[in-house]
Amino acid sequence: MTRKQRRMTIIGGSLAVLALAAALVLNALRDSIVFFSTPTMVAEKHVQPGKRFRLGGLVQPGSLQRGDNLAVTFEVADGGAKLPVAFKGILPDLFREGQGIVAEGALDANGVFKADTVLAKHDETYMPKDVADALKKQGHWKDDYGAKASDGVKPAATTAQGNSQGAVR
Amino acid sequence: MIAEAGHYALVLALALALIQSVVPPIGARLHDAALMNVARSTALAQLLFVGASFVALVTLHVTSDFSVANVYENSHSMKPLIYKITGVWGNHEGSMLLWVSILALFGGLVAAFGNNLPLSLRAHVLAVQAWIASAFYLFILMTSNPFLRIVNPPIEGRDLNPVLQDIGLAVHPPMLYLGYVGFSISFSFAIAALIEGRIDAAWARWVRPWTLVAWIFLTLGIAMGSYWAYYELGWGGWWFWDPVENASLMPWLAGTALLHSALVMEKRNALKVWTILLSILTFSLSLLGTFLVRSGVITSVHAFANDPTRGVFILLILCLFIGGSLSLFAGRATSLKQGGLFAPISREGALVLNNLLLTVACAVVLFGTLYPLAMEVLADFKMSVGAPFYNLSFVPLFVLLLLAVPFGPLLAWKRGDLLGVTQRLLTAGVAGLVVVAIVWAWTRGGSALAPLAIGLGVFVIGGALTDLSERTGLFRLPFATTLHRARGLPRSAWGSVFAHAGLGVALIGIVCETTWNSEYIATMRPNDVAQVAGYELKLDGLLERQGPNYREMIAQFNVSRDGSALSVMTPSKRSFTTRGSSTTEAALLTRGASQLYISLGDVTADGAIAVRIYHKPLVLLIWWGPVLMALGGMLSLSDRRLRVGAPKPARAKQRLQPAE
Repeated sequence: MTRKQRRMTIIGGSLAVLALAAALVLNALRDSIVFFSTPTMVAEKHVQPGKRFRLGGLVQPGSLQRGDNLAVTFEVADGGAKLPVAFKGILPDLFREGQGIVAEGALDANGVFKADTVLAKHDETYMPKDVADALKKQGHWKDDYGAKASDGVKPAATTAQGNSQGAVR
Repeated sequence: MIAEAGHYALVLALALALIQSVVPPIGARLHDAALMNVARSTALAQLLFVGASFVALVTLHVTSDFSVANVYENSHSMKPLIYKITGVWGNHEGSMLLWVSILALFGGLVAAFGNNLPLSLRAHVLAVQAWIASAFYLFILMTSNPFLRIVNPPIEGRDLNPVLQDIGLAVHPPMLYLGYVGFSISFSFAIAALIEGRIDAAWARWVRPWTLVAWIFLTLGIAMGSYWAYYELGWGGWWFWDPVENASLMPWLAGTALLHSALVMEKRNALKVWTILLSILTFSLSLLGTFLVRSGVITSVHAFANDPTRGVFILLILCLFIGGSLSLFAGRATSLKQGGLFAPISREGALVLNNLLLTVACAVVLFGTLYPLAMEVLADFKMSVGAPFYNLSFVPLFVLLLLAVPFGPLLAWKRGDLLGVTQRLLTAGVAGLVVVAIVWAWTRGGSALAPLAIGLGVFVIGGALTDLSERTGLFRLPFATTLHRARGLPRSAWGSVFAHAGLGVALIGIVCETTWNSEYIATMRPNDVAQVAGYELKLDGLLERQGPNYREMIAQFNVSRDGSALSVMTPSKRSFTTRGSSTTEAALLTRGASQLYISLGDVTADGAIAVRIYHKPLVLLIWWGPVLMALGGMLSLSDRRLRVGAPKPARAKQRLQPAE
């Protein structure tokens, strides 16, 4: 093999790997990215049941109900609209009514958001960035939500993953 | 007084770094040995002053001096001593101070043990180190000063984030930073080589040990962080594809590629330009990681900081260093001489493939990390890219890499014999297939891919062992000869065997954990029994206890299997009064490489408690794998070959280890 042929082999191989990676990434992007919505956006866009997305907002005070065997329902509100959420499992340590959360899951046929992951990410003065930005954009931002971390309070985060199939997997 | 002294020491370190940035390169241009030697003294003095500054901050935290804002915000007088110390880097300002301290440590080590480096090369390397250091000293002093005082000192502090009050914080960030910042040395060497326009195999011999040190710490740091998340966050996840985790994974992937390409450069004097580029990219990714973590641009489990001025400052540093170094590379790289030739099927060719797959996998992770940010800024909608994305994109590339791993070390340099290597790997391949068949027949349920993936893991381990038996002539030669050969084998050969086998071990752990993990979630009352994976767990009762700065509720479980009692597990839930938040302390019971895992939820009104129990088969292999890899790295580091011609660097990194 001449020097040129060797070089071409290496360049050809590199291009092949790059093309493979590009194809994999594009394919993965088509199937597996998850969009972020607030209850208002859900109401406006008529999201299809079964389509996975991330729901962000504040847990409506007084809406939390615990059922049998760790089933929980609550409402997520963003000032404009409310959306009922059902979750089965252990809620994160920082989950509280009136606080910001992000839940991942999909709507069922009755318009209830079935969450399989609930992420609470805040302490007394902090809320999830997604939620804060969305609220700001809609003009529902209140100062008491938004005292910045500049006063030194660092957000903690915990995640809860439940599963919708049942208690034992 | 201590706070002011610490602040002053940091300013002095900045002044020294500025001198170190300017004077040695001038000396190199003028061929003035005295001016070039300035670098050595300033680097050592810099280490001294930054060290003093860091010690000052530790002292403030230990003595709970709440007149200092950083201590007030992150400490509490009742906090145990160990967390008072680790709390120093459990916040933005302190962790940046740790970052520059480690940078100064590496600079100091090059200065102290680099006596046999060409004088101008050492001057340039230390000058580049000082450029980085100056930028970060300025960053700390201007935006993140840890020594700021409060006018009216409060009596009590606000306590450290409870999630961080764990032994993991003592180990994980320093390890990770030793890895991140350690790559600055190969970066500085690359820039120095570009400035001097000269690079050879000796250069690679110089760079490799430093890269190896950084790589070992980064490997352990990532593994440690993963284990910490696993037991601390309370739901048994060990990798989240969180942007902050990706930020540490990317330099690891690029650094692994760098280790391998530096090998080609050292042995065969080829791939010079590529090695230089990888050195630059690896440290650029470390800087990017620092930016992602420290600027708070991402919504993430780890991102504490949330101040835009800091983000912009780090972004400027990032652009300056990445842009500057890549421009220098573009201008100078063509002047570097090309090295040895090799056929596509050869050890070099295999290492090129390794580099290709690692860098492309790294690019995929980079894309997945930055794409949501870019979409948010450009298209103004929010989305997230999680595990499903990486499973479809990163995992196939890594599978290809793992398939190729056993072939690499068996191929000859320059021109290899693929057919011969395949024959020699036959045993490993058959072992892999047998394992696939056994696992497939033995288990029910789970993914059909799982047995194949386990077979791949066995193949990788088998391949590493094949390499060893080929080198020692096991089964071909008399046993005594084999032993003799094994003793004479270079340590770096043992190193690659361990590191590659570690990959297979980790893979098997990952597959077993994700496929055959059993989970039990329910509310339990005292004397209830949960059955998980053949174990019976009986809840004996709940009790309350007072800790130093928290109250905790402990649940006591009696674990038995087939009627015989095994152990008692005590998961707990701690509530920290100062911050008004609580953490879940999971209980772990290790059985071989498998673990039982219990974490607690809320107590319901009628006195029952929500409980989550997992059985995680072979989960520990996930972390034993990286430990094996790091062990391989250490063996390789102790190789005599790395000391030949450059005895001092080998000593340097050996001294480095006990310091940690």
